[in-house]
Order: sequence, then structure tokens, then C-alpha cells
Amino acid sequence: MSLVIEKVQKRFADFEALRGVSLSAPDGAFLALLGPSGSGKTTLLRILGGLEHADLGHVGFAGLDWLTLTARERRAGFVFQQYALFKHMTVAKNIAFGLEVRPARNRPARAEIKRRVEELLSLVQLENLGGRYPSQLSGGQRQRVALARALAIEPRMLLLDEPFGALDAKVRKDLRAWLRALHKQLGLTTVFVTHDQEEALELGDLVAVMNEGRIEQIGTPDALRNRPATPFVAEFLETVAPPPRPYNVVALH
Amino acid sequence: MKVIFRPRGPTRDHPLLRWSLTGIALGFIGLFLVLPLATVFTEALGEGWRAALDAITDPEAQSAIRLTLLAAAIAVPLNALFGIAASWAVAKFDFWGKGFLVTLIDLPFSISPVVSGLIYVLMFGLQGWFGDTLRDHDIKIIFALPGIVLATIFVTFPFVARELIPLMTDQGRDEEEAAVSLGAGGFSTFRRVTLPNIKWGLLYGVLLCNARAMGEFGAVSVVSGHIRGLTDTMPLHIEALYNDYHYSAAFAVATLLALLALVTLALKSLLEWRYADEISAVHHH
Repeated sequence: MSLVIEKVQKRFADFEALRGVSLSAPDGAFLALLGPSGSGKTTLLRILGGLEHADLGHVGFAGLDWLTLTARERRAGFVFQQYALFKHMTVAKNIAFGLEVRPARNRPARAEIKRRVEELLSLVQLENLGGRYPSQLSGGQRQRVALARALAIEPRMLLLDEPFGALDAKVRKDLRAWLRALHKQLGLTTVFVTHDQEEALELGDLVAVMNEGRIEQIGTPDALRNRPATPFVAEFLETVAPPPRPYNVVALH
Repeated sequence: MKVIFRPRGPTRDHPLLRWSLTGIALGFIGLFLVLPLATVFTEALGEGWRAALDAITDPEAQSAIRLTLLAAAIAVPLNALFGIAASWAVAKFDFWGKGFLVTLIDLPFSISPVVSGLIYVLMFGLQGWFGDTLRDHDIKIIFALPGIVLATIFVTFPFVARELIPLMTDQGRDEEEAAVSLGAGGFSTFRRVTLPNIKWGLLYGVLLCNARAMGEFGAVSVVSGHIRGLTDTMPLHIEALYNDYHYSAAFAVATLLALLALVTLALKSLLEWRYADEISAVHHH
């Protein structure tokens, strides 16, 4: 039931985005794809989500030949960097979308959809905001709506593209802890893309460092910190700020 | 005595500048838009209500009105469909020759309507490329409704696409991708996500397209053949009346044509007012 990616390649016109990426992660993993921009991490995520086709390679997940499935068959909950909320729909309608577009024979009844939406709203702590439009929400709230919308389809896998990229530092910290707790609670295999080393090491229980369309190293945050496999990994992780020491920081100022 | 000095805000212009700019704008609008329109309306009533009404209820005028509405009713939906398809393709997909397609869409704007009309005569006229074939099968295009519709479609081709391409390009593909990842099919995505996001732009494009379709003169004039009571549209009928020195009758029909345009504009304002909340929700992101 684990996620196995084998030799995935992708080329855009004159740019080689993925040069044969292989990795595996156990079921329920919280996998971070870390790398500078242009390293191919977002392309890999989009391939997993069915938004981009791989030129070559194979992905197995949940006993399925993942890449032969269409996006809708995969049921991968995708959270976009800019959230991509439906601007003309209320929060509740946004969350209900994935259920309402199902073919009639397996679409839940209206009351059931309503109940599910309420449930998800409370899961993401937005109980009373179902009637708002996305434009009336803060960045952090939009992020959580996007997550609730992705969770509504009962995804097999959760894919997050730079989940905190568009948020300010304070909100980012809070959401990080919250997302970690949510992952623990749901146990969903989750892949997220980030260019922030600190975020990847703190949040992921498995981190894949990518560079120029290849995986430089994959391992636990500790393994990466203590035994970087390549100079690139060492250098890329070196820029991480040391964990904050409150007294010293105050003294420095 | 205390002198109160009230400084101007940094973003406020000098009152003199503001007033003169407003004055120029209003004067310009008055001189070039309101005055001619007012003239049309007053001239129409130059020989009294009775005469104006007669000019409009005249059988030839009635036929022209019907033909104009019919041609617009066929051309506008087709161009709306085409416009949506073209802007969808241009905005949401990358393909070779995209720039050329966009240029091609603009072609009817840069070609004189008379030339556009002549193109159809050259193709479908008796001496044209398809003339013999059409005659053999007894199909009339030139000097008949199909020709008028074709010419109208050609001339009003770009309106909807021009309105939608920048809008859809600006909106990007994110919401469509989100819909697909949530399990929506192609048509469902279009109906539930794309269409609601473009509907105001689409409405505006359709109204402009409609106004132009009803008012088109040059291209239609070439292909219509000016058969009174049969292939004369409203603009052609107005010209015919004017050339026959029926000034007030010409202006009466012109009033009706202008009213149709004003009604479409009023309709647009009404919808914008009615759905103001929704429009602002979609456009403030």
C-alpha cells in the first residue's frame, strides 16, 4: 500500500523537468519534496495529481497503476499554491464541489452533502464561515478551505503545493503545527512541495531533496541533517536557521 | 482674523484642473454622443407622432425590422459559441500557431466591411467560386438571408472572443485544474467553473456583438441586393428612405434602431446593478 515512484521522466519543450525520479514512501507518510525552484518538485507533484502527464516511468500507489488512472479516478486531494478556490461560490459550495460533480448514481443525497460540509468546516475550524465568499476570507482561512475541499472527496492521497507559500510568517507557524496534527489524525499519505528547508525538516517525516530534475537524497530529517549524501544537500540544508534559543535571541538584540 | 489654510491632499488635483477636465469630457460627450442622438429623436418627430408611427408600421419597414432581428438572432449566438470556443482554446491551452490565431480573430476589425461583403459575393455569387454548384442545387446565399447572416457573422466575429481572451488568460487554469482534481469532467468543469467566471465578460461581448450585428451596414449592403420588403435590413431601409427624401421616416426607423441599442445597454446596467455583489465577489481576489 505504499507509494512507489519509478524512473519518472518529464520534458517540457526544451526543459528537462524530471530526469528519472525514483522514490518510495510507506503508507501514511508525510513526504516533503524539497528543492530550489526549477528542481522539478512541483512537476512531480502535478504528475501525482494527474494534472501533468509523465513521459516515462511508473507510479504505484494503493495497489494501483497510478499513472494510467485519470485525475478523477485517482481521487488525489490537491491543494494549490494560490488555493484556486472557486471565486463565485461560497465556502460551503467550494467544499461540496467534489461531491456534487459525482455522477448521480454515487452522489450523496443533498442532506448528506450538507452534513459532510459541516463536518469538514468544523475539522478546519471554520464553522460559521460556510456562507462567505473566498474574497471575504484571510489567507490562512482560504488555505484551510482549500484543504477541506480536497478532503471532501475522501482522497486516497493528499498533495500540497507550497502549502504555506502565500502566508505571512506568524500564520505559517500556526498552520504548520495544525497541519501536522491533522495528518496524525487522518493518517493520509501526504506529499507536499516546499523550497523552505526549515519547513520540510520540521513537517515531513520523510524528506526528498531535489535538484535539476533528480533526487539528491531521501531520508528522515535527522538522517539528512546528520549524513548529507551529496555536497548539494549539505549546502542546501546548511542555510537552515538553528532552532530558536529565546534567551540568546533576546540577549543579542 | 484667523486665516484657515486648508492644504490639498497629496493625491488631489487642483480644483481648476479637475473642473476643466470634467468640463471637457462632458462637453465632448454632449457634442459627439448626446446631441446627434437627440437630433435623431427630434427629427423623427419632425412631421408628428402619426407620421413617425406610420414610417415604422409600414410593411417594408416591418420586413426590415424582422430581417434585422432574425439575422442578429442567428449571428449572435453563433459568434458567442465561437468566441467562447476560441478564447477557451487560446487561454487554457498552449499550441503552435496560437499568436497567428489571435491575429486572425482580429481580421474582421481591420478589413473594411465592404470588402468583407465582396468576399462573400466572390465566393457565393452567380459568377463566384461556388456559383454554379449553388445554382444547380437551387441554394440562394447572395441577395438572400444566408448571405446577410454570413456577412453579419464575419463582421461581428471578434466581439465575444476579444472580450473573453484577456479575461480568461488573466484567470489562468488554476480553478479548472482544481475542478478536475476534484473529479469534475470537462463539460462539468466548463459549466460550473469556467462559465460562471466569464459570464459578465460574455454578456458584455454578446451585447456589443448584438448592437453591431443589428447596425451593420457596409457588408450587408453588398450582399443584400437591396430588395425592398425582402432583403433590406433596418440600416439599409433607413438609407433607402433617406435617399428618397423621406427624412422624418428615415429618422423614425433610425430612432427604433437606436432604441434597440439603448435597450441592450440598459439591460446590461440593470444586470450589473442586480448582481453587484456577485460581480465584486468574483473580481476582487
